[in-house]
This record gives sequence, structure tokens and C-alpha cells, in this order.
Amino acid sequence: LDKIVLVEYFRAQMRKDPDMASAVAAIRTLLEFLKRDKGETILGLRESLKWATDCLTGEDSSVAVSSGGELFLRFISLTSLEHQDLSRCKKVMEERGELFLEKISMSRTKVAKLCHTFIKDGAKILTHSYSRVVLRVLEKAAAEKKRFSVYVTESQPDSAGRQMAEALRKLNVPVTVVLDAAVGYVLEKVDLVIVGAEGVVESGGIINKIGTYQMAVCSKAHNKPFYVVAESFKFVRLYPLNQQDVPDKFKYKADTLKTVQNLSEEHPMIDYTPPSLITLLFTDLGVLTPSAVSDELIKLYL
Amino acid sequence: TDVIIESSVGYFTEGPERKDDIVKAKQEGKELTKEEKQRLRKEKKQQKKSKEKKDDKPSRDSEKEKKPASAASPAPQTPTQPPAQKAPSAAPAPVPVPASETPSAADKPAKSKAELKAERRARQEAERASKGKKGDVGPQAAPGKPKAPPSELQPVVKRLPEHVQVDNPEVLKKLAKKLERQQIPLRSDYGYKVSLFSHLHQYSRKAPLTQQLGIPSTVIHPAIVRLGLQYSQGIVAGSNARSVALLHAFKQVIRDYTTPPNEELSRDLVNRLKPYISFLNQCRPLSASMGNAIKYIKKEISNIPSQCKEEEAKRKLLNCIDCYINEKIVLAAKAIAKYSIEKISDGDVILVYGCSSLVNHILCEAFEKNRKFRVIVVDSRPRLEGREALRRLVQKGINCTYVLISAVSYILPEVSKVFLGAHALLANGYVMSRVGTSQIALVAKAFNVPVLVCCETYKFCERVQTDSFVSNELDDPDDLIVTRTGTTQLEHWQEVPSLGLLNLVYDVTPPDFVDLVITDLGMIPCTSVPVVLRVKNVDQ
Repeated sequence: LDKIVLVEYFRAQMRKDPDMASAVAAIRTLLEFLKRDKGETILGLRESLKWATDCLTGEDSSVAVSSGGELFLRFISLTSLEHQDLSRCKKVMEERGELFLEKISMSRTKVAKLCHTFIKDGAKILTHSYSRVVLRVLEKAAAEKKRFSVYVTESQPDSAGRQMAEALRKLNVPVTVVLDAAVGYVLEKVDLVIVGAEGVVESGGIINKIGTYQMAVCSKAHNKPFYVVAESFKFVRLYPLNQQDVPDKFKYKADTLKTVQNLSEEHPMIDYTPPSLITLLFTDLGVLTPSAVSDELIKLYL
Repeated sequence: TDVIIESSVGYFTEGPERKDDIVKAKQEGKELTKEEKQRLRKEKKQQKKSKEKKDDKPSRDSEKEKKPASAASPAPQTPTQPPAQKAPSAAPAPVPVPASETPSAADKPAKSKAELKAERRARQEAERASKGKKGDVGPQAAPGKPKAPPSELQPVVKRLPEHVQVDNPEVLKKLAKKLERQQIPLRSDYGYKVSLFSHLHQYSRKAPLTQQLGIPSTVIHPAIVRLGLQYSQGIVAGSNARSVALLHAFKQVIRDYTTPPNEELSRDLVNRLKPYISFLNQCRPLSASMGNAIKYIKKEISNIPSQCKEEEAKRKLLNCIDCYINEKIVLAAKAIAKYSIEKISDGDVILVYGCSSLVNHILCEAFEKNRKFRVIVVDSRPRLEGREALRRLVQKGINCTYVLISAVSYILPEVSKVFLGAHALLANGYVMSRVGTSQIALVAKAFNVPVLVCCETYKFCERVQTDSFVSNELDDPDDLIVTRTGTTQLEHWQEVPSLGLLNLVYDVTPPDFVDLVITDLGMIPCTSVPVVLRVKNVDQ
């Protein structure tokens, strides 16, 4: 299975269901790759899976794809310890892979179920850019007949916030689009802040669209709760100490990394929010404090 | 020789002949035979029973009389007897009173025989007086209640063995009893102690415990005696160094050990090690890493199957110890260095404090891997350990700067990362390390500089502490006397009644100041230490 076919399959998955998280599409692609793989040894299988993950991160450089791939690999490798025979091993891997996919497709619903209770009647919510998980949470809250209004930041350079505003208007939720620079101005009117995450790091902090860190600092200054909603497959084994500690391969879009020579001219697309600014994280593993994220990661990976 | 208090207590109840023999044997440094030990134990049990049979109240009354007399005694005699609690008998209470007077006065560590005789006579008078007052006093829930008869079944507040309580005479008495049973001399405290830390020991380096041992001491193995001296004089210092030295000494002990007839190696060897551990504890309080190492060895010894031949068992144990050192210290250092190098980028300015063997190892490794960075070494009196770190780093060729801790806020704007070593990591995420570490972490937090702590997992400790007072170590206060120019204005500090010198060894850093802990299991936040402990316990 060569690179072009792999990437095409991934793109097809993304097109088929625009609502699907990119990590889920990546995992589906990897599962397909596993099914079609003609390798003879388990070690060879692992190597080719790693190579496939690298290809996919080359296509879509978000943190989620990398974390999803690593999680899948880990999930699979545990199987290889139990069965020695390759063909049986592969069959078990495929079954487990399907099970894993089923589980994570339910994760957004679980998160929405946990989070919507935190939105009280009459609440004013601030959110950042376009996040499908946050959208799902707000859908659930609206379905529970709660009345709330939303402020969305425009989120330059790709104006993803406008997309979010459109989706919310379809739910009949009163929404206002604000400038990224107006976050501090708007925060005194707001009751709570909910954002999604592209990746959740080991320290309990998050990696998300640029502008999130600013929002977190302002909400801390205003003493407003800052909630993060993320599925568990976004937990990644990174531990950045500050903004510049985040690896370059996540900061910029994949095509930028390939074409541009001098990265200092480019503006990063993501930033890192440290755990001290986050109140709670809503995941399909439950409602967690930032320090509990490391415990969960230790359970997942160690 | 130094006095073992208990030996005098039994003087008037038992026939003096047998006791004399035993006391003589102790003073000669010969090991008591098993029978003699058993006899001692029996006698003590009888003494306890006879004391309880005596009427409690009159002796309580006599204790009350003693109380106003002892009220003049200094602060360390805090009210230790809350009502309805088992307390030791009134008789030994007067003994710690004169004992506590002497340290607060001049620097007389040992009591003379004459003083002891006087104490004994005073106690005998007290007993006689109490016998005369029988039936005089009604039932009073006096605070100074002696040992309650077992029929009362008062709930006893059990103290954990790790809690040092030097200002509590009952605990001191228990400790003295234990040491006497193990035939180890009791090291006495030196100098005036600052009242906040009066519950800790403060020893003088000029009076090492080994001076009070007879030569040759058949009770304690010479490798352990040497180790104890090295600890108390500060020749072997640093958490890893102390643990490794301890394990090597134990290897020597195991090599020289022969199982006595009718004894099992797994049980007898553990009992052999107990007095050694008490001795080392007296020389210098045990560190958390040493405690974990000892636990491991004891577990390994008791897991030896009884049908195992002695040679094979000894070989197995020596192998275990070697494995432990290799895995937990040497390989762990390599793993930690691997993770840390990811965090060191070119152009970094790294701040280190004092001399941590692990941090030095990391920096040397990173330098070998061609990372371009420079180091700022922060140092503090009186130990000036930073000089050793500076020497090692400069020898490698690393670009270094040296400052004292008072200049930390001046130099921090230049720093990009702070690397700290740890003595132990507590179960609530607090980091226990050399005094001054929490200061540096605090200032670094104020400047938003990331603080990284490097610590192997064998230093993780189940203890919980939120401040540096509750459990610490006091070093020799005379270390603070000499200044840079060699003047010693503080030379006669003991004569000034309101002056106290405090030489703390450790302090505790809260987890909010620490950004990252690098262990051999990976990089974890400070709050995940209990998870690692839990996982480790499950493994074992």
C-alpha cells in the first residue's frame, strides 16, 4: 500500500463525513492499511504502521492525527504480545481496531452529556474558533431547552469563527461574532468560557488554535471558569514547558512546513495553554482536573 | 562511658549482682548472650508490673510536687501528658528533667557518675515518699498521670517510628531503651536549639558516636562503624552517594555473616541489621532513599527460602543488591539524562543549585551530545557544595557562572531553565531538597522561568509534609561561626543566652512552583507522584 493511495483514502474519509474528527479519519485509514498490509512479521507490521502515521501527519499536521496514530499503534502493539502467530494476531488486531473506532465515535456524545449540565439557563458563553465538540455540547444544551447566548471569536487567519456562528444560528442560538482583540472587552459580560482542544498534553495543558492562551489568561484575570472539551484520543505524550517548547511540526500547517524555507516569517497556527489556567477538562473518561490528565495518561501508556 | 538510663532504674528493685554483671559486660563492649538478653527483658517486664501495682495516685501526687520544681526547667519540657492517656511512670520523669537542663546550659554532653547517683537517690526518695502517702489522695484526673494499669485500657496514641520528638521525654526514654537493648550508645544533643526546631536532634560534629564505642566493637560490624563515621563527618554526602555507600557496606556485612546454629538466615540476618540501622541513624538521620533501600534489602532477605544453602543465599543477596544499585541508580540516571536532553535546546541558560550528582550527570551528557548551553551555578553557605559542581562542570569544558544565593533575583532574567535535584519526593507532590531550593523555585516562578526537578523513582517516599518544620535535619551549629575573612565573632555564641544558631539541612518545595519532574519512568507533573507510587506498589 503506497503513500498516494493512503493519503487519498484519508482525504476521502474526511470528505465523506466532515463532522468526523481528523484523528478518527486517521485511525480509520490506519485500520484499512492494516487490513491490506501484506507484511510477514509483526515487527515489520509495526514499522509500516509507523510509516503510515508519518505519511498522514505529513498530510494533516494537527496534533490530533499524531496522537490518534500513536494511540492506535499502542492499542495494537499490546495485542502482539499475546499472540505469536501473525495471521491470528492480525485478525485480533482488526477486531480490536473496529472496537476502538466504535468506542471513540461515541466519545463526542459522552462529552456532550457530561458538559451540558454546566451550562445554566440564561448563561452567556464565550468560545473560540470552530470546534465540533463544542458545537455538539451546545446542541445538547439547546436540546435540553436551555436558553443561552454565545460569543464567538472570529479566529483569524482562517475566520473559522464565522463558520461556527453559522452552525449556531441554525440551532436558533443567539450568537455574536467578536474580534480576537475584543476578548478582554467581552469577558465581563460572559459567565463561562468553553473551548475545544486539538491536543491535551501530559501536564494537563492544551494545544489549540492560536488565541486560546490569551483567552485563558484573560478569563483567569476575570475569575471566570475556563472549560475544555476534548475526546480521550487527543491525549498526547508531549510536555511543553512554554510556547517555544512546542515542536515546529505542530505549529504550522503541513503545506507550509513543506514549502516555506524560513519559518520565522510564518505565524504559528496553534498555541499552548498551561494547566494552571484551566478549570476543568470534559472528556469521555469523565470530568477531569488538569492534574488528573497525567494519571489517565500513565494508565493509558505505562 | 556514657550512661544508659534504664540500667539505673532497676537498681533498687532487683538484686544488684546479676545487674552488675550485665552492666559490666556492656561496658566492656562484649555482646550479651541470648540468655542475658532474655533475662534483661524479663526483669524489665517485672519492673513494669510492680510499678503498675503500686497505687497510682500517690505517685501522681509526688509527680505534681516535682512539677513546680521542674517548672523552672527550660522550654523543651512541654506539657506532654494530656489527660486520659498512657504516660510513662512518674519515676523516670525526673530523670529527663535534669537531662534537659544540661543541654540548654553549657556544652556538657555526658553526665558524670556522681550526677547519676544523685538522680537515683532522688528517685528513691520520691518512691519512699509516695509509699508514705498511700490512700491520701482521692481519684484525680491529674495531668501528670503515670502508667495506667492495663485494666483501664486507655487508647494509646501510637507515634510512627519516623517522627523524631526530642522534646518529648517519653519518646526519648523509649529510644534510649531501644538503643540500650541493641547495645548502641545514645548520642546526646549539642547546644541551644531554636524553639521551633526543638523536636529535632542537633549533634556536634566534634563528638562523633564512634568515640563512645569500645574498641574493638563486636556489636557493630567495622564496615558499618566506618560508614557511620563517614556520614557524621560529612565525608559521604548526597542522597545517591549515601545510599550506594550503605548498600556496599551491607554487602560487606553479608559476606562476613555466618548463620549461628539453630537459626534461619532469613530471620537472623534481618535482626542483625537492625542495630546497625539504629547506629547509622544515630550518626546521621537516615534519608528517604536509604530508607527505601533498607526496605528492599529486608524484603529480599526475608524472602530467602529456608532450604537455601548459606553460600547460595549470600550470593543471591549480593546479586540482588548489585541489581538494585544498577537499576535504580545507574540505569535510572541514564534514562533521566535521555529525557532531559530533549528539554535542553541550543542557546539555553541553565541554572543549577548546589551539587546534585544527577543534575551534573545530565549536564555532562548533554554537553557530550553537542548541545550549546551555559550554566549558572548557585551556591550557599555553610556547605558551599556548588563549588564541587562547578569543578566538575568546568572540567568537562562547560561555560559556567558562579553566584551566591543572595544574587538569584539579579541573575534570573538571564536564565531560561532551572534544573534542581531532589533528596526525596513526598506523596503529596512536595519536593524535599537541600535548604535554599524552595527559595530558588519561588523566585523562578515569579520570573516565569520553568523549573525542572530530576529525581529517580527510588527516592519517592510515602510521607506527606507541607512545611519544612515538621521533619528536618539540624546540622552542627558551629559550622556557621567562621566567616569569609576568618573572623569568628560568634565563637562564644553558647554563652549568650538569647542567641541561637540554626543550620537547617533540608526544605520542602510546593508542587505549584515545579513545572516538571523528570524520572526514569518519564516526564510527569509534580502532582502525579502518588500515581507512580501506586503503580510501583502494584508492581511489587
